Amino acid sequence: MEPAVLTGEHYITGDVACAEGALAAGCRFFAGYPITPATEIAEHMSIRLPNVDGTYIQMEDEISAIAAVLGASWTGAKSMTATSGPGFSLMMENIGLGICTETPCVIANVQRGGPSTGLPTQGAQSDMMQARWGSHGDYEIIVLAPSSCQDTFYLTITAFNLSETYRVPVLLMTDEIVGHMSEKVIIPKAHEIKTVSRVKPKGRKDHFKLFKPGAKGVAPMACAGEGYNIHVTGLTHDEKGYPVMSVDTQAEMMERITGKIRNNLADISRTESYLLDDAEIVVVSYGVSVRTSLAAVEEARKLGIKVGLLRLITVWPFPDDLIRNLSEKVKGFVTVEINLGQIHREVQRCVGWKVPTFLAGHPGGTIIPPENVIEILKEAF
Amino acid sequence: MVQTNSRLQTKDPCHPLDDLIRTDRIPHIWCSGCGIGTAFSSCLTAIKSTGFDLKKFIMVSGIGCSGRAAGYVKLDSFHTTHGRAIPFATGIKLGNPELNVIVFSGDGDLFAIGGNHFIHAARRNMDITVICVNNLNYGMTGGQAAATTPYKAKSTTTTLGNPEDPFNLPLMAYASGATYVARWTMLHIRDLTDSIEEALSKKGFSFIEVLTPCPINYGRRNKEKPLDTLKLYQDNTIIKNGANPSEVDIDFEKGVILGKFVDEDRPTHGEKYDMIYRAVS
Repeated sequence: MEPAVLTGEHYITGDVACAEGALAAGCRFFAGYPITPATEIAEHMSIRLPNVDGTYIQMEDEISAIAAVLGASWTGAKSMTATSGPGFSLMMENIGLGICTETPCVIANVQRGGPSTGLPTQGAQSDMMQARWGSHGDYEIIVLAPSSCQDTFYLTITAFNLSETYRVPVLLMTDEIVGHMSEKVIIPKAHEIKTVSRVKPKGRKDHFKLFKPGAKGVAPMACAGEGYNIHVTGLTHDEKGYPVMSVDTQAEMMERITGKIRNNLADISRTESYLLDDAEIVVVSYGVSVRTSLAAVEEARKLGIKVGLLRLITVWPFPDDLIRNLSEKVKGFVTVEINLGQIHREVQRCVGWKVPTFLAGHPGGTIIPPENVIEILKEAF
Repeated sequence: MVQTNSRLQTKDPCHPLDDLIRTDRIPHIWCSGCGIGTAFSSCLTAIKSTGFDLKKFIMVSGIGCSGRAAGYVKLDSFHTTHGRAIPFATGIKLGNPELNVIVFSGDGDLFAIGGNHFIHAARRNMDITVICVNNLNYGMTGGQAAATTPYKAKSTTTTLGNPEDPFNLPLMAYASGATYVARWTMLHIRDLTDSIEEALSKKGFSFIEVLTPCPINYGRRNKEKPLDTLKLYQDNTIIKNGANPSEVDIDFEKGVILGKFVDEDRPTHGEKYDMIYRAVS
């Protein structure tokens, strides 16, 4: 056996940091399928997992990878998979099953340019709306976006903790740039890392209801083989887990799976701000584009532009109130992201027409140069 | 006599398999004349006969009429997405190798949309048992052609006859690496039950095809009344254990071959993974 937490200073890629973060969070099952630029996560897990009493399997496609992850999660194992655009598309149906059956798991999407096969070896942030709405039906989801290798390590742990707390698949939306760059990553001692595991049921097994909300609106989770005779289905189901094809049951189930996220925004939502106190313009960004945005904000400040940065650590659920409140006191917003305006439109939705909103976007393949952001800051305001 | 009468008159008549059924979910959705219930009860009898701890049995189904089995069995049970029962079951088995995992699903689920998962689980010799209820069509959606529908058979999507040839499921299982392969009809209930028990007790990927009638959606369109199908199962089948899987195509005119075709021993996925990756150095 090897230690699961490799305490110390490392010079590793974002993908490897993701794998190490998962192991530190307690992940002991990984099912995957090779895809650029996420393959290194699978490779690293294939080496590390058997040495920490975990299991790695390479499945026949991404559909089966996520299916196996859900199955393993129901045995109590913290489970994950990692993929990129095309594989993410294939996983959508079973991500829906995970949401409907309230199955904790983590899916890392190391984003690359799309649509279709797109730019396999070049970064983008163009799966953000797919992360929110890619599976059919209404739902709420938790999405995290790391902007560095160190960040990837920590946010992978956060992803597992949120997933176990809220019994929901959590999506770690990284990208090719962070995934493939190498940086210093400090891994703390095991006892300094806070990990969370799903709440287990107590009391009589024959009266247990697998989907009856407990604290925070989240139902304690029994696992396969524990003697609860659980039934788990992707059909609309009642608190016991039994399928019921009725309008009322649908409404109740939807309230359970969306309410547990919507009613705990303060606990789930994570943002960071930089120079926002006196800012007249807010740059909104997430993931790798935060690096661009930071450089742009610092440069613009030197030019006397009063600009600050709002970094979305959790992109979903979207911090509507925060942006709405900011829009009351600033002159405008610039969203920086490597796509054609997916989160920009969310910012617009929250701001309304109170102040102008701009996009510093890019069709994908490279980072957004800070100059592009500075240009908008100079010309638009 | 009095005792028998009183038992019949009680509100909750006991069935020998009631302890394995979610009786609060009965009545089930299966049509009159459907064979899934018989295959299902055969499976439950076999589960009991193994004597294994029932807490450690897990049933996984996909989508379709047979897929509803997971909703009626009083075991830990999972009704997953269409075609994905096998990879879901793979995750369960790998997550907790102590569990006995049974996949109970239909031909459309396991061999059309889920065909790729079937061959790969067999190739890996994943230690699970797959029971395929083959009623030759998509029953749940109203009788469309499947990957198992015989050549020229009628369905709602092949109204002039199926232009495609069906899969030979035992051959596909064998060719993919299954270590136990059998085929029965739901009329051969004792053989079927014994076979499922044998498959459950055996390590490795075991596969049993169960031919069942679908009078509403298949029989009706192919001039087979419910009893006609059963008559075919009785008269036009040949039990031939050890038959070459390549010679067991379903053709009721020349006789459908039933029996246990493959029973081999090969290290399972778990055994090989442990040997290579968990060897004490």
